[in-house]
Amino acid sequence: MDTNLLIALIILLIPAFNFLLLGLCGVKLSHKAAGIIGTTGLGIATILSYVSAFNYFLGYGKVDGVYKALSGSFQWLAFSDTLHIDLGLYLDPISIMMLVVISTVSFMVHLYSNGYMHGERGFQRYYAFLSLFTFSMLGLVVATNIFQMYIFWELVGVSSYLLIGFYYTKASAVLAAKKAFIVTRFADLGMLLGILVLSYYTDTFDFDILNSTGFQEGLKSVGATFMGASVFTWATALIFIGGAGKSAMLPLHIWLPDAMEGPTPVSALIHAATMVVAGVYLVARLFPFYFNITPEVLTGIAYIGALTSLYAAVVACAQTDIKRVLAFSTISQIAYMMVALGVSKLGGHDGLGYMASMFHLFTHAFFKACLFLCAGAVIHTIGSNEMDKMGNLRKYMPITHITFLIACLAIAGIPPFSGFFSKDEILVAAFEDDKILFFCQWFVAGLTAFYMFRLYYGIFWGENKNYGEHTPHEAPLNMTLPLIILAALTCVTGFLPFSELVTSDGAAFEIHTEWIVAIPSVLVGVCGIAVATLMYKSKSTVPDKITNSIKGFYVAAKNRFYFDEVYMFVTKKIIFKAICAPIAWFDRHIIDGFMDFQAWWSNALSYRIRGFQSGSLQTYIGVFITSILVISAIIIAYVFI
Amino acid sequence: MNIPMSFYIILSLIMFFCGIYGFITRKNLIAMLMSLELILNAVNINFAVFNRFLFPGQMEGMFFTLFIIGVAAAETALAIAIIINVFRSADKIEADELKKMKY
Repeated sequence: MDTNLLIALIILLIPAFNFLLLGLCGVKLSHKAAGIIGTTGLGIATILSYVSAFNYFLGYGKVDGVYKALSGSFQWLAFSDTLHIDLGLYLDPISIMMLVVISTVSFMVHLYSNGYMHGERGFQRYYAFLSLFTFSMLGLVVATNIFQMYIFWELVGVSSYLLIGFYYTKASAVLAAKKAFIVTRFADLGMLLGILVLSYYTDTFDFDILNSTGFQEGLKSVGATFMGASVFTWATALIFIGGAGKSAMLPLHIWLPDAMEGPTPVSALIHAATMVVAGVYLVARLFPFYFNITPEVLTGIAYIGALTSLYAAVVACAQTDIKRVLAFSTISQIAYMMVALGVSKLGGHDGLGYMASMFHLFTHAFFKACLFLCAGAVIHTIGSNEMDKMGNLRKYMPITHITFLIACLAIAGIPPFSGFFSKDEILVAAFEDDKILFFCQWFVAGLTAFYMFRLYYGIFWGENKNYGEHTPHEAPLNMTLPLIILAALTCVTGFLPFSELVTSDGAAFEIHTEWIVAIPSVLVGVCGIAVATLMYKSKSTVPDKITNSIKGFYVAAKNRFYFDEVYMFVTKKIIFKAICAPIAWFDRHIIDGFMDFQAWWSNALSYRIRGFQSGSLQTYIGVFITSILVISAIIIAYVFI
Repeated sequence: MNIPMSFYIILSLIMFFCGIYGFITRKNLIAMLMSLELILNAVNINFAVFNRFLFPGQMEGMFFTLFIIGVAAAETALAIAIIINVFRSADKIEADELKKMKY
């Protein structure tokens, strides 16, 4: 086996092994030992993923100036000669990049959780689930075929469910976990159907084959249609539904804000940096297929993304729970990546959107993880998620304050922080393709800056709140260290030459700053910050006046535009009543009723005849003799008459 | 003196139904066993008589009678053993009071 593949395999196996170890023998280990095992394992995996990234990008990956994929797999399940499910490893620029992102963020979260979860009940279980998640997510990104991806996709969903419901004694956490699982599972049904349709018509699951140009030329002759659209449109759209479920696109986003019930480091890892970008990764993985075969789906993705990012940004402005603000900002930023993929073309500089999307995924993972971990430090010391319980914390928590500020500046798109570079590329790509999308995303960039700084001022400025005898304090070193590392990464990752490393066709291209886009995008970010500063830095009556003047809109945004209520109405009032209730009635009364009737009559009959078995010998003999006499009489009558 | 066959058969019939009657009406297991012997002996008479009158040159009926007497002796010994054990465990040998085998 190739050494590079072997390294990737080891990266995968370390968390898998940790999961088994901590899951099976966790109870016997002390908290400290469990934490050390989990963290050390992930540390090694992180180093190995850096090694493999280094080897790939500076070594074997580049063949004739183009990055080629390296893959190795074995056949697992064969349906026919051509259609078989393989299990294997697939290393190409985006999967290597994801390995780095996942292992880094996961390592930071493992480190941070030593402090955050200190003394919690089920500490070992927590680390076991974190390892399971890391394993599944790493497996997802290195999948060689869409079915392998689907397997790990579900594993990620399960570990997300387990971690959201970590505090399983809390009713709201249980509900949130259930909601997340059901919504994403529902979306995954679409993905499974998409995979089945796709494999039926293409006769393969393999990413390599699906994305190759020659193979796609052959597919042009497939003329099968369904309800006026080609089967490939259906297949890719259905696959995207799965991605939209995981990536919280409208209207399947409802689970993500509730998922904040889980421990905050989990939110940082799963619901900000890694799992929720799985949908983006899925579209990127199949991007050549999407672009060449079904470009109309890609356009749809761009518009859904734009709508979602606008919606989430507006809602984020009205939330008061700090984790929910971050959750909606995550939705908005992921939608940004979707827009970038949607407007992208294939090859060279035309593939700017693809590269920008991956770049934003990369930078976003670090600054959003940083934001969540800072929020975790704040929640840890305050003991509440509500913004109005916080204020003036910059005096008490200097390190958290500075790192939070850096990440806020990054997400607001202020140079030289990483968010500026990636967001700018997305805006350029949108500008070159579709002006409507550009203006939408440009406006969202301003809103992003506004709500992030509203959050920042709300937590760290203003006056002291009633903290009681428990004064807020800075988090311990094992919590602040990840914050510092992530903030440092936020400062430097923007300068990575991404266009030379991760591109739609593997070939490097030059990017040059488009001033016509860069200047307005920075300006709108600065405007957003300025407005937030005026409104929230010191106590003023302006915010109340504004909310009062648009009261209806504000209340709607605060209630997330009633998406949850609509879902509840549709499921409870329409689906449950009109579909489920009659089916349940049919099941209870017709199906069960038939079986119950069988049981009832045999029971009744046996009650009647059980008297025969009286146990009295004489009765038996009486019956026996009488029967013999009757039978003899019959026989005699039959023979002689 | 030549007794006709029907006399023997009537005797055996009376014995048989006496046995049946005793078996059904007596509650004591020992008495029931005695009634059973009566039934068996009625059958024995039948065998002997049919052999004697219908097939005078052959001996199968007689042998069968001897077999039945032997088997009945063994069966009686077995039944007595069972009855003694029933008496030991249940402290009674009245058939209508031994109803543990009921449903």
